[in-house]
Amino acid sequence: MTERRPAGLLQGYDPGGFYCEMFGASGHPAAHTRVVRDRLDGFSLAELRRRAQAAERELFNLGVTFTVYTSREQIDRILPFDVIPRVLSAAEWEVIERGVVQRVTALNRFIEDIYHEQKILRDGVVPAELVLGNPNYRPQMRGLKVPFGSYVNICGVDLVRGGDGRFYVLEDNARTPSGVSYVVENRHLTQRSFPDLMRDIGVRSVSNYGQRLIGKLAELAAGIDADPSVVLLSPGVYNSAYFEHVFLAREMGVPLVEGRDLVVRDDRVFMKTTGGLQRVNVIYRRIDDDFLDPEAFNPESMLGVPGLMRAYRAGNVVLANAVGTGVADDKAVYAYVPRIVRYYLDEEAILPNVETHICRESEGLEFTLANLEELVVKPVGASGGYGILIGPHASRKALAEFRRKLRADPGNYISQPVVQLSVCPTMTRSGIAPRHVDLRPFAVTGRSTWVLPGGLTRVALRKGSLIVNSSQGGGSKDTWVLE
Amino acid sequence: MNNLLSRHAESIFWLARQVERANSTARILDVNESFSRSPRGEHDWQSVLRLYADEESFRATGREPSADAVIHFYILDGDNPNSVLSNIRMARENARALRPLISTEMWVQLNGFHKWISRLRRPDLRVENLNRLCSHIKESCQTHSGITAETLYRDESWYFHQLGRAIERADQTTRLVDVKYQVLLPEPSDVGSPIDEAQWNTVLRSAAGFHAFRRVNPNSMSPSSVVNFLVFDPRFPRSVAASVLTANEHLNGIRIKYGHGSKHGASRLLRELAAELAEDTAADLIARGLHEGLDSIQAQLAGVTSALGTEFFLLA
Repeated sequence: MTERRPAGLLQGYDPGGFYCEMFGASGHPAAHTRVVRDRLDGFSLAELRRRAQAAERELFNLGVTFTVYTSREQIDRILPFDVIPRVLSAAEWEVIERGVVQRVTALNRFIEDIYHEQKILRDGVVPAELVLGNPNYRPQMRGLKVPFGSYVNICGVDLVRGGDGRFYVLEDNARTPSGVSYVVENRHLTQRSFPDLMRDIGVRSVSNYGQRLIGKLAELAAGIDADPSVVLLSPGVYNSAYFEHVFLAREMGVPLVEGRDLVVRDDRVFMKTTGGLQRVNVIYRRIDDDFLDPEAFNPESMLGVPGLMRAYRAGNVVLANAVGTGVADDKAVYAYVPRIVRYYLDEEAILPNVETHICRESEGLEFTLANLEELVVKPVGASGGYGILIGPHASRKALAEFRRKLRADPGNYISQPVVQLSVCPTMTRSGIAPRHVDLRPFAVTGRSTWVLPGGLTRVALRKGSLIVNSSQGGGSKDTWVLE
Repeated sequence: MNNLLSRHAESIFWLARQVERANSTARILDVNESFSRSPRGEHDWQSVLRLYADEESFRATGREPSADAVIHFYILDGDNPNSVLSNIRMARENARALRPLISTEMWVQLNGFHKWISRLRRPDLRVENLNRLCSHIKESCQTHSGITAETLYRDESWYFHQLGRAIERADQTTRLVDVKYQVLLPEPSDVGSPIDEAQWNTVLRSAAGFHAFRRVNPNSMSPSSVVNFLVFDPRFPRSVAASVLTANEHLNGIRIKYGHGSKHGASRLLRELAAELAEDTAADLIARGLHEGLDSIQAQLAGVTSALGTEFFLLA
């Protein structure tokens, strides 16, 4: 037997031509990841695996899980956690942070406008029917002022990094974006499992998210009460994001309520406590508009609070996010966001959109039909990666089927070129291999906007897959923003 | 500071009861198994079914009341709401709803307990394993109590937890005492006849009270001294009287510290029960009919629970 020097962990890793979060563009390692790379190289695959297994077991025991309910039992699943972090330099983060603040600012200006003067529609920058005919446009919001004109208080902006190393916005999440609990829990897990990997590197902290969040929410209620009572409204234990609701309520130190815990009297919102009814000033709601108030929206909803919209319109309670923000994160409106930024802020978008074709416009439809095998086509209403066609991966039969769907209902679709999502070294069954990642930073807005220095890096664990959603086999990584 | 959400108050009250009920069920099965091994033999497991008024729901399983079937019914039968599995599952669901309030350690332990019990299979329940199994269940329930005492923030949620545990324990101890009588002396007129000391001994041990009892009564082991100890001795933590006093103390804590002074109903019922227990004696209770007397205590405790519901849990 010959003695061999054990190869470093990352030896033989090949990003396969994609932009790599660890190694940069063309196999020339990104300078800011050098220390992390060197330390990772010192790990054996077996050691990394051992710690990864312990970490996943810990997530399970701590209940950092989502629950799948069947008729007889509940099955708790963790969001798979990949232990190799995704590392962003201070300079990269600076661009992302500015870009996200700019985008949230513009979206808030846009929402305020469409529920008041509608200048942007009258000026023809965004087609009026796209906004007013949108199912997420809420006429109930017309003429209603919200504190600081801040509608999207919690925003998650999905970014992807292209082959050119630049970040592009893939999607805005302006309703009830989730995932921030994983950002914090993943970090805590890394700190416990890999103190040797993190030591002295200078990673910006994400653990004060709850404090920052409640600070911003309290800011919004300053006009109602100097010491406002804040609650988090959840659909309850059966919701797949229930752990996150628990997490946020605990991190903020506020009651986690369900619709049945709240009641509206004289246009004021109260919660039912052992001491009787107690006033509520701010509701961070994790329930969609449709289910918020059966009097105003879906009358079948059992999750909401009858009369909540009356209290809201009377200015007696703050809802975060405001009602009616869904029109701004609609995939059809998304295509117009760069123009929306220019219109309100007189600036170019710091974070560009991915090139987008709107199938409701004949030009966009024709282009999409002609180039279907090159494009990603998305239904505009759906979320979670459902109903997406990825042209280059689709069979001839699937393409033909989708063409029929497109012709039948073109307004329901947008298309984009396949973005070559960047990759990151990831632990797989057969060793360390490149897997595609995206990034969802979280922005919290009261009087001003604060961006959590980090974000949710989702990773498509299947080889070659570009779909990072947890419902479609995605996992997550700890995201380090360097000081 | 806000009061506790009514829903959370109810959930933590029941969480504590469910864990305590699992604890007592394990104790009762353990005792009953010991009796079944006694030389008097001919022991039938139906006494446990009678104790919990479960004869009918057991019949629905279509099985004979053999040791194996009854043990399975009370430990692993997910369709029996009184089984240890069902109680721990419900406790865990309550804990899930309470996660914003309870400590992570409480959740982790209950979660692990639930995982352990839901992985048990029939062979694990064989009579020869029963004592070990029951011990593990008891210890897990006690671990829950210990972690709760060490980590749960002492606000209303703590008081409702302690209140629930005390009420359940009072109820369960009446049932534990009743097992003995159900088993051996089904007719009230027979109560007081000579009784096998070894069996009282087992009842005391299952309540973890044997040595304390010996210290208090070094020279006697009469039915009435054991009943006195388990029902009336305020210094024995699992006695009915001690549990009722503890419940009363915690309910008073809730009323005084959290602005519920005007809520009298449940509190009045608990005080009345405590006063009755303070005046009564084991001899009188046995003379009047022990089983009927224990039944009446159970009914009073149910009255307290329903008054708590009206006053604290079911706000309009």
